[in-house]
Amino acid sequence: MVPTGPPARLRVDPANLGPALSESTPAKTSDRLADGLAFERPLLELQQKIQELRKLAQTTHLDLQGEVQVLEERLRHQTQEVYAGLTPWERVNVARHADRPLTTDYVEKMLDDFVELHGDRLYGDDRAILTGLAAMRGVRFLLVGHRKGKTVKERLASNFGCAHPEGYRKAMQKMRLAEKLRIPIVTLINTPGAYPGIGAEERGQAGAIARNILDMFTLRVPVLAIVIGEGGSGGALGIGVGDRVGMLENAYSSVISPEGCAAILWKSGEKTPEAAEALNLTSKDLLRLGLVDAVIPEPLGGAHRDPATTVDNVRRQILAWLDELAPLPLDQLLEQRFWKFRRMGMPIEVEA
Amino acid sequence: MAWTRFGKKKDMPGGLWIKCENCGQMLFRKEFEQRFRVCSACGYHFTLPGRERVALTADPGTFEELYKNLVAEDRLGFVDRVPYAEKLKETGKKTGESDAMIVGTCTIKGLPVVLGVMNFSFMGGSMGMVVGEKVARAIELATARKLPVVLFCCSGGARMHEGPISLMQMAKTCGALARLNEAGGVSISVMTHPTTGGVTASFASVCDVLIAEPHALIGFAGPRVIATTIKKELPKGFQRAEFLLEKGQIDKIVPRASLRDEVARLVAYATGQDPVKAFKEPWETGVPVEVAAPAESEPAPAPKKKVRAKTAE
Repeated sequence: MVPTGPPARLRVDPANLGPALSESTPAKTSDRLADGLAFERPLLELQQKIQELRKLAQTTHLDLQGEVQVLEERLRHQTQEVYAGLTPWERVNVARHADRPLTTDYVEKMLDDFVELHGDRLYGDDRAILTGLAAMRGVRFLLVGHRKGKTVKERLASNFGCAHPEGYRKAMQKMRLAEKLRIPIVTLINTPGAYPGIGAEERGQAGAIARNILDMFTLRVPVLAIVIGEGGSGGALGIGVGDRVGMLENAYSSVISPEGCAAILWKSGEKTPEAAEALNLTSKDLLRLGLVDAVIPEPLGGAHRDPATTVDNVRRQILAWLDELAPLPLDQLLEQRFWKFRRMGMPIEVEA
Repeated sequence: MAWTRFGKKKDMPGGLWIKCENCGQMLFRKEFEQRFRVCSACGYHFTLPGRERVALTADPGTFEELYKNLVAEDRLGFVDRVPYAEKLKETGKKTGESDAMIVGTCTIKGLPVVLGVMNFSFMGGSMGMVVGEKVARAIELATARKLPVVLFCCSGGARMHEGPISLMQMAKTCGALARLNEAGGVSISVMTHPTTGGVTASFASVCDVLIAEPHALIGFAGPRVIATTIKKELPKGFQRAEFLLEKGQIDKIVPRASLRDEVARLVAYATGQDPVKAFKEPWETGVPVEVAAPAESEPAPAPKKKVRAKTAE
């Protein structure tokens, strides 16, 4: 029973919304490229409508509970549907979503205490990598994570999460501290890749990453690595060698950005969605290929819709893994860490 | 017509002359190849095919290739303009190689080593599961036999066609090096033109001694990527071996003509041999060395050298 009072655009009969919402004709590739999150649009519209309806109910004291419920059910259903059917390229865009929880959110929401430690003791303090001592539910560990920043200023200061060599060296310097303190290490990976610039090359970007990868095999404490957003090639692996490696459901991990791959192999930026598909970069792909140990579920509609639940899920996984690894003798731990990566990508042997 | 031009291009490699990529000088192909593809006018080092590198480095007849039967598998069903599986077959046929890495044991001036050579002509020397596995096995063999491992790098980086599997080869190779280090083994990396991406960011940069050939392009990101990222022109000589030496990123630059000597000298230091003696053996001084192949791949190095020195006298 809709009264005559409210203006026409707010007159809500869920049945009338039907065609507009189910009109999910796939956007053209060029459109999707312009906005990789186009699939979110109908969901956002629906969300907005629910909000408007609630506001209306409040201001007019009308009972719109039924309508709201119908719409919410529809939203839930549609979100489920959209997210189940995301293409790899769309997932990359979810991983890059501006509202997706960042390392700093985990520090804020997941940890009970955090002491940030700066600097690599050699050159500088790279703000693209955050390091510090952390306490969480009675467990202490060293947290290392890529920092992307939320405001424009922060983003620029942290180079959008693209670390320089000093970032990787800082990470290793702190990891050695963790080794000395005999506390485990947890890394949160979220980087488009290591920074490609003149200074970075001058100071040995490749060498710094390689050194970290090698040295992480020698750390005599448990190491966990979790890809929370973007796992951009060497820049990710530079803090990514762990006894357990996990990935959030909508995170991606790739040897090259889909854009870069499309430019090189297809010689066309328009083929980015195809490249994303070919690269097998989703969490599901990596699990299937045996390259990660677990996929950490995200709440319905992606981490950006519900950061609190996402952070909870990550916390639970960290605690479970630390529990699992704690009783292992160190020699065995290191042996297992080596073999875990040693077995990845075994070629086939043919008769000569 | 397009096909006629193709035909001409195809004939080129058989031609008598070759043009230097650097100075434009026309070089007599036979002489050029005898000089191991170094321009006689400007000293520019061309990329050396893997097999020629083996021939230049190993004592004649001593190279025994290993792990030849390892081949890549297309686990992703990767298709860009052609399916990866097809590309592998095609490249294999064209180059006569199974992948971009050649591994084996040999002696260099009588000193036994494990040798690994990347082959740029196989998909740009890119590192996938086969390259990663062969590098790891070479390092593990060196660890087990207590031999130095010498790796000649030449690669465009990780092989995109193997997606995240190729990325993990960086970890695999570095893990093997970590264990070599723990066992007290020694590794030497020679970075040749070009060495970039995932190879530079893994085993190539963390060997004990880092050598580069003159003017070799060595870096993490390719120069074009950097130029487009920073939207600036790159400084002259950026990411070249000389630049890296100046910035303290490599131990030394060694021209191709003396690489064999220099590697042997380092191996001598690494294995407790006398580098002065090793370097001044009379049979070493002549350029075309005719050394009898040793019967076994790894008899004790010291006595063998003496025997050889005598035979040469």
